[in-house]
This record gives sequence, C-alpha cells and structure tokens, in this order.
Amino acid sequence: MLELQNLTRRFGDRAAVDGVTLAIPDGAMVGIIGRSGAGKSTLLRMVNRLTEPTSGRILHDGVDVTALRGRALRDWRTRCAMIFQGFNLIGRLDVLTNVLVGRLNHRHGPLATLNSILLNFTPAERAMALDALDRLDLSEQALQRAETLSGGQQQRVAIARALLQEPRLILADEPIASLDPHNARVVMEALRDVNRREGLTVLVNLHHLDTARRYCDRIVAMAAGRVVFDGPPAALRAAEVQAIYGVPEEALEAETPSPSGALPA
Amino acid sequence: MAPPLTTAAAQRGEAAFQAARRAKRGRALLGVALFLAALLASAWMSEFHPAALVAGLPRAGDYFVKLLPELRWGALFGGWETEGSLAFWFYRLDKWALLLLETANMAALATLAGGAAALLLSFAAARNTAPNRWAYVLARRGLEAVRTVPEIVYALILVWAFGVGPLAGIIAIALHTAGALGKLFAEAIENAAMGPWDAVRAAGGTWVQACRFAVLPQVAPNVVSYLLLRFEINVRGASVIGFVGAGGIGQELYLVISQNYYEEISAIIVLIVIVVAMIDLLSDRVRRGLVGEARA
Repeated sequence: MLELQNLTRRFGDRAAVDGVTLAIPDGAMVGIIGRSGAGKSTLLRMVNRLTEPTSGRILHDGVDVTALRGRALRDWRTRCAMIFQGFNLIGRLDVLTNVLVGRLNHRHGPLATLNSILLNFTPAERAMALDALDRLDLSEQALQRAETLSGGQQQRVAIARALLQEPRLILADEPIASLDPHNARVVMEALRDVNRREGLTVLVNLHHLDTARRYCDRIVAMAAGRVVFDGPPAALRAAEVQAIYGVPEEALEAETPSPSGALPA
Repeated sequence: MAPPLTTAAAQRGEAAFQAARRAKRGRALLGVALFLAALLASAWMSEFHPAALVAGLPRAGDYFVKLLPELRWGALFGGWETEGSLAFWFYRLDKWALLLLETANMAALATLAGGAAALLLSFAAARNTAPNRWAYVLARRGLEAVRTVPEIVYALILVWAFGVGPLAGIIAIALHTAGALGKLFAEAIENAAMGPWDAVRAAGGTWVQACRFAVLPQVAPNVVSYLLLRFEINVRGASVIGFVGAGGIGQELYLVISQNYYEEISAIIVLIVIVVAMIDLLSDRVRRGLVGEARA
C-alpha cells in the first residue's frame, strides 16, 4: 500500500502539487491524467524522491519514504522503478548495459562498486537482462548502441531496465507521449502485462483520456496541483471531463488526436 | 526608396525595428571605441613603442642569421667530422634524441597523471553533478588555484625540493594540467544531458555509478580529445621546463643558448619542431579514430 498524505511541492510561490492525498493498494494500475503543468510529473517524481516534497508524507507499507536517506533511499528507488517520457537511456552504451543499469543497487560493497564501474556484471545478471529483452522482443538488438534504436524500441529497453530492478512499483511518467500509436500500444500493453502477471503496482501519467480508460483500473485526475477526480474509468463522464479540462471531451479530442483512437479495440 | 507601409501596425513595427537597430549600432560603436582606447593604453603602459620595435627587429633578424648552420652543398651528406655536412650540424643527435624521448615521456606521464586527477575532480566541479555546494566550491576554486600558477614556477619550487631532474618537471606539468583539464572536463560535463542521470539515480545507483554510467559515456569523446590536445601542449611545455633544471631537452637548450653555441641552438630547435609536428599529426589521427568509436 502506497499512501500519499497531504503531499505538496512548491517552486517559488507556485504550488506544482498542492496537498495531494491518495491511497494506492498493491497491484493497482492507476492512470494519472490532466493538462500539461497540472503537477502529474512532479507528483510521480516525489514518490521516488527525484524531486523532494516541500511538505507532506509518503508511506509505503507504513515506512516513511520521505525520511529515507542514503542506502535506504537507494533501496526504495530500486523498489519503485521509473520510466520516463524521454526514455533516458545512455545513448553511447549498448542496450544490454543499459538494461543492466537496473541491477546497480543489487550488490553492495566497494568490490561491487568497482565491478560496476568497470561494467562487469555476472553471467546470471546478463542472463536476466537478455530474458527481459527477449520478453520485450529486443534480443536481436542487445549489443547495439541504444541511440541507434527507434523511440518505441528505446522505451521497451527502458521497461526492461525497470524490470531488472525487480521492483514492486512502476512509476511511468508520460511513457508514450513521444511515441507513435503502434509503439504507444506496445508500451502500454507491456505495462499492463507486468501489472496483471506480476502484480506490480503501476502509476502512469497519461495525456490521453481514452488511453487511461482503456488500460487503467482507476483514474486520478489533477488540475492546478490538486486531485479533482479519483475513481474507476466508468465514473469519468462528460461532466467530470469538462470539470478537469475546462472543455468537453469532443473538443479535447479535436485538440490532440488520440494515439490509440485509430487502433482496433 | 522603401515601399510604402500599408497598415499602422506595420509602420509601428518598422519604426521600432529601426530604433532597435540604431541603438544596437550605437552600442557596438561605443564598444569598439572603448576597446581601441584600452588597447592603446595597454600598449603605452607595457612600453610597446613602435620605435623600439623598429630598432630591435634587425637584431632579432641578426640572431636568426647567426643560428643558421654553415652547410655546404658538396659536403651535405658527409660524415660527422666533415664541416658543412648535416651530420656535423647534428653531431650530437644520439644524445639529443634521448633527451627528446625523455621530454615526450615527461609530457605523456604528466598528461596521464594530471588528466586522471582532473577527471576525478571534474565531477565535483561541474554544477550539475556536484554532490553538494561545498564540494563544488572546493573543487572549482582548487582547480582554479592550481591552474593559475605557471608550470615553470612549480618547476622552480619542485627542483628545490626533489633536486634537478625530470621528476620535478613531471610533477610541475601534471599539476598545471590537472587544473587546466579539470575546468574543460567540468564544462563538458555541464553540457551533458541529465536524463540518463535521473534514470541511474531512479534505479538506485550511487553518485559514483551515476557519474560512470550516465555522464562518462557522454563526455568520453571530449575527454579524449582534450587529453590529446593537452599532450601536444605539454610536449612544448616539457621542452622549456628544463631551463630551470627540471629535465628534458630544455636543460640542454638552455646550456647551448647561454654558451652561444649558435648551430647547436638551431639544431635542437629543428628537432623539437619535428617532434612536435609528428605528435600533432599522430594525435590528430588518434583523435579522429577515437571520437568516432569510443564506447565508454
């Protein structure tokens, strides 16, 4: 169970996230929607403390995540893997090494650090990485430089990296915003697959309402840093959409053509 | 003539554009005038008098004429005892070649040692990767301080401490190199994309691992390129540093200059030019190859 209690983050006078309180049970797939600048990214980045909250608390199974330091904080980050809009792979390193980044916090001590610095990983770790790549249909690309891959392939590498962390939680920050409709679907299905099959909790920021409707069990909508809707997709009707976005859903669709709209259901 | 402007908005826009351009030109002219005034003032202060230049130039020319070896066509390829032959001019080539090798070795060792120190410090000296403000300020100011002191000053102090010989020269050049390269490396790091950094941190990686995985691959081509460039500079530096007794060909060069052995001066200078040119060509090759390929 992940609990956010009155979580707030200010940048200057502006509150990017303003008093958010949420309880997310294990194994949920939650879509966070809202306009650009509504605070979705900041919220997600506070969960793994890439961004520090100004006030409020985050609890995971009763442990105060906001108070973690050093090794404990790194262990928490390993348990909640993050997937980024820009993939954030290391372009000049090969795909396999990029995936093995997910193992960096699994061995400890000076010798392990030295080995990681020299890009030495164990055969077991490499096997694990190759399995993950195979599962995401990327085993052919394992030794290619990451920067030579297409956007969709890069995001799948990022998912493989996340899986190697053996996380309990996945934080996906606009994972499909830079992808074409086909790759967007592949990535969303991979996320839903790890949610269904491995029972990982998935928190995913999404731009598109119907993507959220299609893949998530629960939708949280944000506007101006606050939660303005929290419920199952079915409860998100025309009136709620207009309240969240300020325009009816049809106008929203016209504004931004949906990535999954063109696909068979 | 300018075409007529149709709308009021276009007229206002044109007027604003003209005003902005006049203001910009005014500022540029003022800047040039100030720069020229400063240039003249500094020339006057540093006694850069045209008259002295005209009077001194022929003397510089005379010195160069004295340096020219007396070569005779007929004897050009004669043995080292034949006056007027190349072998006579370079009669101590064996000793000089060894000294040049020592010079290049000093430069290589100093570049490697200084470069390693610079790379370690540069992660603390870059704004985006510094672990905290203290480390940043310390590393930045430290590199600055080390860089400000010229090699020759370090060499003077170190010769006093370690005695005459290449060790003093190597440490002197390495110190200056660490300062100079540290700044360049830190600037390269500050230009690196920080997305991968977030990713390594988000995977639970330590600061060291984030530096290694997210930043080093991005800056590696720059680091290699700067190292090779610095090696070239250090070969030149190492051939002068012997003037104060810190090893290399410089010691010999200082000796022949002070004793007015003109032909030997020119022979040594020719050798240094050849070696530096060779290293330039070679490192250019290596740089091109590495920057394209460097994996890590």
